[in-house]
Amino acid sequence: MPYVLADAAQNLFPAREQMALSLGWHIIFSCFGIAFPVLTVFAEWRGHRRGNAALTELAHTWAKAMGVLFAAGAVSGTLLSFEMGILWPRLMDRFGEIFGFPFVLEGYAFFIEAIFVGIYLFGWNRMSPRAHMLSALPMIVSGMAGAFFVVAANAWMNNPTGFRLDADGRVVDARPWAAMFGPSTWPQVVHMLLGAYMVVGFTIASVYAVGMLRGRRDRHHWYGLLIPLTVGAVAAPVQIGVGDWIAGTVAENQPAKLAAMEGLYRTTAGAPLSVGGLFQNNRMNYALEIPRGLSLLVKRDPNGVVRGLEEFPPDERPPVNVVHLAFDTMVGLGSALLLLALVFGFVWWRRRRIPETPWFLRAVAVSGVAAIVALEAGWVTTEVGRQPWSVYGILRTRDAVSPAPGLWLGFYAVVAIYLALTALTVLVLRRLAHEHDTPAPQEVDARPPDDRPEAVAVR
Amino acid sequence: MTLADVVLGIMFVGLIAYGLFGGADFGAGIWDLLAGGTRRGARQRELIEHSIGPVWEANHVWLIFVLVVLWTSFSGAFAAVVTTLYIPLTLAAFGMIARGAAFAFRKSITTLPMRRFLGAGFALSSLVTPFFLGAVVGGVASGRVPPGIATGNVVTSWVNPTSMLGGVMAILVCAYLAAVFLCGDARREGAEDLAHEFRIRALGTAAVTGVAGIAGLFVLRGDAPLLWEGLTGRALPLVGLSVLAGVVAVGCLVLGRYAVARVASSLAVTSILVGWAVAQYPYILVPDLTIEEAATGRPTLRAMLLALAVGAVVLVPALVYLYLLFQKSPPEGAAAGEAAGHATEASSAGPYG
Repeated sequence: MPYVLADAAQNLFPAREQMALSLGWHIIFSCFGIAFPVLTVFAEWRGHRRGNAALTELAHTWAKAMGVLFAAGAVSGTLLSFEMGILWPRLMDRFGEIFGFPFVLEGYAFFIEAIFVGIYLFGWNRMSPRAHMLSALPMIVSGMAGAFFVVAANAWMNNPTGFRLDADGRVVDARPWAAMFGPSTWPQVVHMLLGAYMVVGFTIASVYAVGMLRGRRDRHHWYGLLIPLTVGAVAAPVQIGVGDWIAGTVAENQPAKLAAMEGLYRTTAGAPLSVGGLFQNNRMNYALEIPRGLSLLVKRDPNGVVRGLEEFPPDERPPVNVVHLAFDTMVGLGSALLLLALVFGFVWWRRRRIPETPWFLRAVAVSGVAAIVALEAGWVTTEVGRQPWSVYGILRTRDAVSPAPGLWLGFYAVVAIYLALTALTVLVLRRLAHEHDTPAPQEVDARPPDDRPEAVAVR
Repeated sequence: MTLADVVLGIMFVGLIAYGLFGGADFGAGIWDLLAGGTRRGARQRELIEHSIGPVWEANHVWLIFVLVVLWTSFSGAFAAVVTTLYIPLTLAAFGMIARGAAFAFRKSITTLPMRRFLGAGFALSSLVTPFFLGAVVGGVASGRVPPGIATGNVVTSWVNPTSMLGGVMAILVCAYLAAVFLCGDARREGAEDLAHEFRIRALGTAAVTGVAGIAGLFVLRGDAPLLWEGLTGRALPLVGLSVLAGVVAVGCLVLGRYAVARVASSLAVTSILVGWAVAQYPYILVPDLTIEEAATGRPTLRAMLLALAVGAVVLVPALVYLYLLFQKSPPEGAAAGEAAGHATEASSAGPYG
């Protein structure tokens, strides 16, 4: 077709951007799929046990928001499963039998999750409270399991294991179960799960912090801030430790990625930790250096030797500035969230109350955005840091892309669709925040508003 | 039967489930499109919304299931199909996004213009998505996808007589299934007049589908001789079964036996899909690639079989529970001991099960 001259080289950049946009959008909603049910059912359980109508109503509002976010996550996940093959056919063709397998299991997990999201929302006020809360359990477990399988697939791309290549580069002796448990799997999975709890905790808390700043200081807002902020605050310090674990794994298995994260060119004994700065002409400029910091962190030895980018051919190095700045963004925002968590924890410990000063509430109000930016930055670090490889050390991204003519046009369509989808999601969530009677997508009958008080009282 | 046949067979069960459950959801959207003006169509739209609300996300996962089983067990064939047919597949994916988002969000929006916009988005995408999926089936079934990555023609692989037939038949079958399913759902909600309306639509669509199917056979004879040969040879009993089940379904509709009509209609659709599989066996990509050649390594197929078996043990009871709860559930609040008259709508909404 002469009018859409295209080949794999022309497709590469738009395909990468399309995948990045689709995944970067989906990952936020996945977080809500993983962590939001836990918060919701916790509020429901406390509300039921204490006969606390404010908590029960809060749980119902959250359940509806969860339904909206789940719907958005489900449709964006569908697009991803098409894109895996449409954009990266050589990845699927060559490695589908190993790499594809965790997605089969994820398919089941997602199935269970979709079924029980339907049951949970449909069953509100239809099932006994106990049965209803129990119906949330499969949703929680399958959400976490789904995260495990997807992250296991990503961890395999970082550290491909569980197969051999024959002389022609074809996969032989595939062991799909073993391939899910490579060296990166557990640190990445735990990092992702905690990240999900942080994103959801701080994001929900920030919604209520904004409300409180506008003067709405009722029980509804108090619980709406307290429960998710506690979740985020508990996850934040643990995440710092897990971050250290994952950095050690990267140093061991993907030294080029670690070198890019820190902009380290020369292989160095007693390597410093670089904060900020720009990587130019094979050196870090303008960075704040913590002497021996990097060696101490990843080698547990101030004089440990850290491998630099010089050890890798130029065409096997990731784009350093993107990876380094993304990494610093993640660490910086993670540390700020930790500080917020400490302030909150300290005040709660001493005075048993939420610090309701405007500055604290302002900090909580921006913490949601901060957590989401940190999540995206962390994801950029691991994905861009793996470049130029699609499967680390084996398959280059440029060799994985489809050569189909006209493929790059899809990128523009995806941009337009995600803009519309984002606008709609925000619109619906805003409505939910203002009018609690707005029905969720999976609910069947919205009740007239005047039914609410008795319904809440009976539960 | 080889191991590869078994795995592909299970994938095909997922495809049939998607065709029936997902197909009826698409069809419901098509009837939403044709329900008339805002006021006149309100009750039908409400019934449709009740019928698919809690189940459409679960029904939709069958498609994901088909994709992941294919790409893991028949990676090469999967890559060939999705790269050559990437245009209709991308458009179908966009349709699914528009449909899911519009349906999900429409309910939460109260301003009329926005609701109309979302409603139109839901209904239109319910029409185009099955068309593109049917076109993909037509491209594969007529042997227009050669093995290899993007080696087929990205336009003529789906702009061709068999694909157009596949697309049109997909729309008709979805609309037919939905009309039959909605008859029963309407009756359960106690709206006998709506049931009657959908019965007329089901009968009308059945007639159109039957005529299109017969005409389609001639299209296949000219455009996809191998498929034609299979359908009129080895798969003839299945085609016959499909016709028989279709006639029974029509009879049941006329008599108002909606539950039996539902089963017979599903059987008619299932047997024609199985007929396609039988007609093209043992090829996964006619006429070049057999199922056996396309299958990935034994260890993966064995792991897949184990995962499918264990997964089914978890999944099937959950699905059955969803449909049962949905079908027989008490009205909202009944579980908490409220008077049944309190909730405005009685036991809600039909399942597809």
